[in-house]
Amino acid sequence: MAYPYKKMTPEDFDYIRSVTAPERVWVGSEIATEYYRDEMPEYGVFPPELYVEVLNKEEVSAIMAYAYKENIPVVCRGAGTGLAGGATCKYGGIMLSVMRMNKIFPVDHKNQTITAEPGALLIDIQAAASAEGLFYPPDPGEKTASIGGNVITNAGGMKAVRYGLTRDFVRCIEAVLPDGSIMNFSSNVVKNTTGYDIKDLVIGSEGTLCILTQVTLKLLPAPTCTCTLVMPFKSLEECADMVPKVLDLPFVPTAIEFLERELIDIVERNLNKMFPVKQGEAVLIVMYDASSKEELDSAVEAAAEAALANGALDCCIAGTPERAGSVWAVRGGILEGMKADSVAQEECDVVVPRSRIAEYVKAAKKIALSHGIRVEPCGHCGDGNIHTEMLRGSGMSDEEWKTATHESLTELYALSKELGGQLSGEHGIGNGRIAFLEEFVGPRMIQLYKAIKLAFDDKLILNPGKIIEFH
Amino acid sequence: MKIIVCMKQVPAGTKVDIDPETGAMKRMSGETRTNPYDLFALETALQLREQLGGTVTVLTMGPPQAEEMMRDAYTCGADDAVILSDRKFAGADVLATSYALAQGIQVIGGADLIICGRQTTDGDTAQVGPAIAEHLAIPHAAWVAEVVSADEHAICVRQDLVSVSQISRIPYPCLITIDKDTCVPRLPSYLLKKATADRPIRILGFSDMSDQDLSRYGLIGSPTQVERMFAPPVMERQVVIEGTAEEKAEKLFSILTDKKII
Repeated sequence: MAYPYKKMTPEDFDYIRSVTAPERVWVGSEIATEYYRDEMPEYGVFPPELYVEVLNKEEVSAIMAYAYKENIPVVCRGAGTGLAGGATCKYGGIMLSVMRMNKIFPVDHKNQTITAEPGALLIDIQAAASAEGLFYPPDPGEKTASIGGNVITNAGGMKAVRYGLTRDFVRCIEAVLPDGSIMNFSSNVVKNTTGYDIKDLVIGSEGTLCILTQVTLKLLPAPTCTCTLVMPFKSLEECADMVPKVLDLPFVPTAIEFLERELIDIVERNLNKMFPVKQGEAVLIVMYDASSKEELDSAVEAAAEAALANGALDCCIAGTPERAGSVWAVRGGILEGMKADSVAQEECDVVVPRSRIAEYVKAAKKIALSHGIRVEPCGHCGDGNIHTEMLRGSGMSDEEWKTATHESLTELYALSKELGGQLSGEHGIGNGRIAFLEEFVGPRMIQLYKAIKLAFDDKLILNPGKIIEFH
Repeated sequence: MKIIVCMKQVPAGTKVDIDPETGAMKRMSGETRTNPYDLFALETALQLREQLGGTVTVLTMGPPQAEEMMRDAYTCGADDAVILSDRKFAGADVLATSYALAQGIQVIGGADLIICGRQTTDGDTAQVGPAIAEHLAIPHAAWVAEVVSADEHAICVRQDLVSVSQISRIPYPCLITIDKDTCVPRLPSYLLKKATADRPIRILGFSDMSDQDLSRYGLIGSPTQVERMFAPPVMERQVVIEGTAEEKAEKLFSILTDKKII
């Protein structure tokens, strides 16, 4: 095996400068500390030895071929908005930023696709599609994420209930392998049974198999109207029990989220973003898209009636962009609000079958509380992906926090497994959840993971120490 | 406590059709919505009613289609809705609009407090509210940034006037125009939608007004001559912020806060 890696020398730095440009290469202490970590420094802070901003696939290929020959680890980084400690140089080496590779090519109307380089921002892809009357549905909370990061982590988000995940919208990929080879996985076709489906394997591989240099994404006709409903309930339990009732209706919701009043208070208090519904200890937020006003009105009425029949205190209707905006602004401010309201956070990103959501939510709260941790379950309850946010109070010592979160997570993952769920729904394993993976998936699965990793990266130089370790 | 909220139905999008002959806005075309500023006025009124008791009446001048907006106000909690609708009111400028609304307010018995949105997103003059107060000869405060307090006798408001903030206590009856982002307007309630489905909306026409002088209303009563209406060019202005990193961060933060971007 390749560990330990080569410590980079001035000659290595010069070589990288020679295949890129000196003004796009930083070494040692010149590297900004934001590149030591992603959005969750709790999952590791690691300084790279060299940070380079690449402009094209040829530069990526040249860097990888050299790193492969010299046994230098390389980590590809997009916008750094990951939540798993994934894009970090755990074993030093090169951090390769693709953020300058941000071209978005014109929409291909005949194929209803859009092609972009990995550094293009999700928000810009969505805007480019929208300008042509089309729609790129995947909508993880972080709009300033890069599209490359979205694809390589198979980002989910709120609209997965109706539209699915990033993987469902990727037509084809161009990527550079760890040895520098430039590859195309699938092409701009709707169907493909040509050999193994490497494209789908690469999506969600968290930068451990290859570096994306271009992606082509499927687009849909944009929905013509949309409405967000807020259903306040007396308790979180009642709110969770409502989810299957919404899913039972003959209208497919675009998103179903839930929020407890305590979490709303945290956002209001810390970010000064006020929620427009004051009733209820917990609220269910349900969004519908439709192609006609009649269809939308029918869905809204059916959902509102169902809510009232199941104990909702009311059903508030946000049918204009401003009104919906006041709802989603609070939902979107959760992470920031919690960061401002606590010393540290730990997050459990499990996904359970939709039929077990209420069971999970009720049990999760008890588990974390039994370890003395403030816990805020929230998130995408329409697809079973419950973000169980644990917040560290100022009175907890490092040791107490570490022990309590580890014990809580162990129990929460066991609960998810028992309910037929998975360890991570959309944030991935990265470095943050690696300690829990083998227990969850078992040794035979880890063996398969390792075989896949080695098939792409026999020298283990690409984002080593993420998802799996080879100790 | 009797509160009247003046509202207006405006085009939903940014595209507005203008009659090339008169320069007036064509109200029949396209999707409409409640003027966003007026939702802050309505929310302010509802909060005051919760605190002081009384009623909230929403009032508008416009075509009968304004009923949709008034139904929406009912679902937010308004008690009563009145539409001033008559062809004789059509084509009104600030003067004629504010006069008709002032007349309408008198016809429905006046109010302790009249609340308007700061401006509309179509006309954009921000003058109709203060003009109503002048017609009614009552005090007013425009561009109110905060209702500091209110009791049975008076309302205390804060106005941010560029370099100074002014807090005024104004006895009733009076009129205020409310800035946006002073509160978060509540959402329409499905329960209220069902409960108010049959609640009538009063329609008042020219013949209901106490002043029957036609020259005060509509296009005839509008001295404003519109020479041309056009969308303003999109401004792309470059701002250079200078200073140390801390100073620049401070200035940038202040610009973004002032523009209410953050």
